[in-house]
Amino acid sequence: MAWIDLANPTRFLRIVDRVLPWLTALTVLAFAFALNGAFEAPDDYQQGATVKIMFIHVPAAWLGMFCWGMMTISALGTLVFRHPLADVAAKTAAPLGAAFTFVCLLTGALWGRPMWGTYWVWDARLTSVLVMFVMYLGLLALWRSVEDPARAGRAAAILTLVGALNLPIIKFSVDWWNTLHQPASVVRLGGPTIHPAILIPLLAMTIAFTLLFVALHLGAMRNEVLRRRVRTLRLLQAQTARGA
Amino acid sequence: MEFCYIIDVLNKTKRRAAFDRPAGGHVGTAMDLIGRDLACVRGQREIFAGLDFRVGQGEALILLGPNGAGKSSLLRLIAGLVRPTEGLVALEGGDPELTVPEQAHYLGHQDALKPSLTVAENLGFWIDVLDGERAAMAEALTAVALDEIADLPAGYLSAGQRRRLSIARLVAVERPVWLLDEPTSALDAASQERLAALMTAHLAGGGLLLAATHGPLGLAGTRELRLGGRA
Amino acid sequence: MTALRALLVRDMRIALRVGGGAMMGVLFFLTVVTLMPFAIGPDLELLRRIGPAILWIGALLASLLALDRLFAADHDDGSLDLILMGRLPIELAVAAKGLAHWLTTGLPLVIAAPVLGLFLNLEPAAIGAVALTLLVGTPALTFTGLIGAALATALRRGGLLLPVLVLPLTVPVLIFGVAASNAAVVGPVPFGTPFTILCALTLASLVVGPFAAGATLRQGME
Repeated sequence: MAWIDLANPTRFLRIVDRVLPWLTALTVLAFAFALNGAFEAPDDYQQGATVKIMFIHVPAAWLGMFCWGMMTISALGTLVFRHPLADVAAKTAAPLGAAFTFVCLLTGALWGRPMWGTYWVWDARLTSVLVMFVMYLGLLALWRSVEDPARAGRAAAILTLVGALNLPIIKFSVDWWNTLHQPASVVRLGGPTIHPAILIPLLAMTIAFTLLFVALHLGAMRNEVLRRRVRTLRLLQAQTARGA
Repeated sequence: MEFCYIIDVLNKTKRRAAFDRPAGGHVGTAMDLIGRDLACVRGQREIFAGLDFRVGQGEALILLGPNGAGKSSLLRLIAGLVRPTEGLVALEGGDPELTVPEQAHYLGHQDALKPSLTVAENLGFWIDVLDGERAAMAEALTAVALDEIADLPAGYLSAGQRRRLSIARLVAVERPVWLLDEPTSALDAASQERLAALMTAHLAGGGLLLAATHGPLGLAGTRELRLGGRA
Repeated sequence: MTALRALLVRDMRIALRVGGGAMMGVLFFLTVVTLMPFAIGPDLELLRRIGPAILWIGALLASLLALDRLFAADHDDGSLDLILMGRLPIELAVAAKGLAHWLTTGLPLVIAAPVLGLFLNLEPAAIGAVALTLLVGTPALTFTGLIGAALATALRRGGLLLPVLVLPLTVPVLIFGVAASNAAVVGPVPFGTPFTILCALTLASLVVGPFAAGATLRQGME
């Protein structure tokens, strides 16, 4: 199947209709396996059962970033290749990315309460994610403020690319800002020293979350294609009505 | 104080006697829209002064004149949107509880529509604000041939359709006075005919109208008021 | 009554549909509060102390910046002419539009404030106090802002004219809003004193705002 085939929205809809049920089933299976592993995983000797929030927190953080990367590619597709599905993909990814980023922030706060004694600290990592969340919301606001999807799509694509360029700079600035202020030492998840009994369910959860994202995204893209068809039909209806 | 008032009344009576009524007009009918000694100054420029007019029931007064002669200003003045520098506008025989603008429809250059609301929502809003009856909506939309697309957002409509939706307001809410500023702009031939029929029905029903226009309106037996002759 | 309800419903519909301005204020609010610690520093003690003030400043700016197009949009498409001609007194029409604006912009700010209070490490009591003072105070901001929105429309000037005109007028609301929020946590004044004055300011603005804005619009149509 060539890439060009997907450019045809009708063919895209047909493929989605065929793939989506299988993908949904796969996602459910992946979650069943991953959640089972997560429940079986031992408590952390320092954090207790709280560590299990990480099974949701880490995949959500990963998807928050992954989603912006995907939107960046879509934005290039919109601006450079004028691929008809590119801005559909970008538009439908934005609310998903915002939702996963929100889940990341929320679980972070719930984890932080027993760990730090407060829901929020202006830690470098958290703050970067918060800024990314605000940028997602800005993108959603941009999509919402223009009715014509083609016009909104190009504007959003430019904003997405600018955001993609800016996110590393923001991350660097926030890190610098944070070290400047030397925050109170906080409990951090040590990078590579995670025990395999936790690491394996964590990876499984990440895969399950990614599958969930792909399934939701394909479904949302299908809805968006259909929504745009309805819009075109309604425009046509106005044009062909009596005495237009 | 009282003396001045009496002089004023005397002056008015004298002027009224001097008014020329059109042949075959509705002499002696109940409702007359009168403008007396109207002057309008905008941005230190006198647009018109000493303007008198009288429109009776069933009459249409067409405002003619070059651009900037004050056609739109006169309509906005009657609609209460511009304050006259001098003179007064009154609807004799109208509802004494209401002002002239409250008894008038004003169809300006803009259509007063919100693109994100549907055709029916737009019209329904104006019916509610102008104290009309919601029941009249369907008929009004049919009268301007927009009934098929009542549930489409107004943003999807063409300029002519938007104009017609704006005109539907006049049909849906009953007002004795119609003030129309270039009502045929953006309308095609069929819609212009439909508008002419609506205006004829309005006049036959005892209404009156003033219209500023460059082209023909398709109305029979209209009177004309030429503005900007002095300039 | 039908006309009032129609105006209210229409303005809320427009705000909530595509192209509408609802939630834009909350987003602005969130952004301002997010940026604050970057300027002040992540010191939670400091943020806790000045948190109510940050939230109030953010809500103040958010509720005023969104007012810009309230009458200008109706003026540009000719709707304002017809509303002025209608039998509904313009003061009531203005009040209905103000209420619709507060429901779609001001109320979300009040709802968002507790969440943003967590970012600033506020105690539960302080969060409650800020939310309560914002609930009482933001109508005053909106209804005072109506005057600026009407002036900007009458003068055909948009953008920054509105905040420049209105921000000085909101000083009393800001003073008593923040004072009441702080009084609830640290004292020394009891909460009731500034809070009652804040209520009084709001009630006064509910009357003065529509009348001043109505008069401005009527004059400005010339």
